[in-house]
Amino acid sequence: MMKRRILSILIGAALTGSLASPAFSQPAKPAAGGANISDGVVKIGILTDLSGLYSDLSGAGSVLAAKMAIEDFQAAEKGKTFAIELVSADHQNKGDVASNKAREWFERDHVDMIGDLVTTSTALAVMPIAKEKNRITIVSGAAATLITGKNCTDTNVHYVYDTYALANGTGKAVVKQGGDTWFFLTADYAFGQALEKDTTAVVIANGGKVLGSVRHPFPGTDFSSFLLKAQSSGAKVIGLANAGTDTTNAIKQAAEFGITPKQSLAGLLMFITDVHSLGLKVTQGMYLTEGFYWDFNNETRAWSKRFFEKHRRMPTMVQAGVYSSTMHYLKAVKAAGTDEAKAVMRKMKDTPINDFFAKNGRIREDGRHVHDFYLLQVKKPEESKYPWDYYHVRQVIPASDAVMPVAQSECPLLKK
Amino acid sequence: MFELLGITPQALYGQLLIGLINGSFYAVLSLGLAVIFGLLNIINFAHGAQYMMGAFIAWLGLTQVGPWIGDPEFHLNYWAALVIAPLLVGAFGMIIERTMLARLYRLDHLYGLLLTFGIALIIEGLFRYAYGVSGQQYELPEVFQGAFDLGFMHLPKYRAWVICASLTVCFATWYVIERTKLGSYLRAGTENPRLTQAFGVNVPLMITLTYGFGVALAAFAGVLAAPIFTVSPLMGADLIIVVFAVVVIGGMGSILGSIITGLGLGLIQGLTKVFYPEASAVVIFVIMVIVLLVRPAGLFGREK
Repeated sequence: MMKRRILSILIGAALTGSLASPAFSQPAKPAAGGANISDGVVKIGILTDLSGLYSDLSGAGSVLAAKMAIEDFQAAEKGKTFAIELVSADHQNKGDVASNKAREWFERDHVDMIGDLVTTSTALAVMPIAKEKNRITIVSGAAATLITGKNCTDTNVHYVYDTYALANGTGKAVVKQGGDTWFFLTADYAFGQALEKDTTAVVIANGGKVLGSVRHPFPGTDFSSFLLKAQSSGAKVIGLANAGTDTTNAIKQAAEFGITPKQSLAGLLMFITDVHSLGLKVTQGMYLTEGFYWDFNNETRAWSKRFFEKHRRMPTMVQAGVYSSTMHYLKAVKAAGTDEAKAVMRKMKDTPINDFFAKNGRIREDGRHVHDFYLLQVKKPEESKYPWDYYHVRQVIPASDAVMPVAQSECPLLKK
Repeated sequence: MFELLGITPQALYGQLLIGLINGSFYAVLSLGLAVIFGLLNIINFAHGAQYMMGAFIAWLGLTQVGPWIGDPEFHLNYWAALVIAPLLVGAFGMIIERTMLARLYRLDHLYGLLLTFGIALIIEGLFRYAYGVSGQQYELPEVFQGAFDLGFMHLPKYRAWVICASLTVCFATWYVIERTKLGSYLRAGTENPRLTQAFGVNVPLMITLTYGFGVALAAFAGVLAAPIFTVSPLMGADLIIVVFAVVVIGGMGSILGSIITGLGLGLIQGLTKVFYPEASAVVIFVIMVIVLLVRPAGLFGREK
């Protein structure tokens, strides 16, 4: 009997992922000034990967970014504001874990906004629940264009980046450099497939050809079989439509098998944490596209250094986006005088975003945050002068080129 | 025939060889599990974490130990790591066995499983806290830079070494347990501990050493893996489930079974990556289901 009980607890824990879901809260400040705040408190939930392969690029850093935004907002308002509470949980990159947690947060804990949502499958799982419960989601971590495409909702913002921007930045740059035949190594889930599809369109539109692709299980460890296939395709460029340790392992193994530098690699989604992990020797010369780079101007440096003081790593675009979007959300709640989702969302969409993260950013009806992107190239080891000095900014991609045009979007909210 | 399959023989040989390389990792890891289960009846869920510790010790030795002791020029090279990491992790395993696992032998398997699972989570959590998940890069030792040109593929020297080293270790382990006097004591100790003890054999000590050895095998595989995979706290968690499937297919506790199954499944997985890559993660579990339906004790296991 006992045996069976232990077994069921164990299996239950492993399946539902309730093993690690730390949550902490910001001490609530006395309510003042917020007339129509439900339950007297604005509650923000950061639902992210706290333990898996995306936990460096989002994870605890995203929770910290949200915490910083709340503190800065309260400091700017000199404490005369509504109470704000922060909770966080680990969704383990699983859609079902994410949707269970989101329901619990919305129904039992009265969370008003869920942020971060790294991994497309978790974002797509949580968005419809937020719509049903009339709460807000702000996706900073996930990438698929579906989020503001077919699956768009009127209570969601896609804040940082998407596969369209990545494809148009990196894809176009590589084709223009002469890399006109491609083979894709694709993570076999919504994000990887979207990235492959969007990049294929860009490659073809710019006169290139796609010779083939191979889809690998997510997450993977050994990529040598797939790399050999890519090698025998003879393509000039191997496009890595994956992320995190999948990308770093693939890059490392491509060097081991002598595939690079004969064929070149294009990391279609790489974060500064990946470059930091691999080192400049392996990654030098690679192009990548990001929505934020810490060392771009004085404003980005100032904020990033504050973040670095606390986290001991420079922020990724996701973490910077969590800060910026949480701040924008809190300002919108204040301006609207309520935390009711529709009213707050109206304010968020009506107010342009001007901070270290975005200049004249605006949120479109489909939820897409329209802002500039950066085409970056990884520096040579000898060009890097100080820690985390990793990129040349080769081009600022204007928002109009980086974001999918309304005419191409499948989001019903745009077809009015 | 090759034309029918849409692949050239060269490409196929290359893929089979890669399958064999991955299979040799499976073999070393599942061998450690099989030794521990066969002789201690413990399902060692911490095996993946111990494999990760091996890789991390290699990386720490190469890049961090020097600065720690105030001599930045000091490195623990690859060969030293190959010996020291298994010893350290093995010793760590023996402490766990003496202080915790030893209390569970009279209870059901599940308690051992729960305990080792908990230990794995703690170890992985600590490493994640200290080093993050993006992973560390272990530089390939200079001797292994470059590759052999086999005509049909470009075989990195290091991968060739991985096959040789793991097969040697696997065979030696099998030989010691199945063919030597020490091995016969071990097997007798598990068959009937009381009777063996009555003959003057120190069974508890033997069990501790066996657990230490099984764990050391995991760490050895970890050092082998360090130069080719990103050294990350999650590297073991990603692999451990597959390795458990290998042990189950081979027959729980069967030494030879785990070696042959490990290599065989590496090959099958390699082929799946050629013909239907999307299924390459799941194919092992499909085989596991089929084997359990046909031979519940595993391919090489004996029904008790």
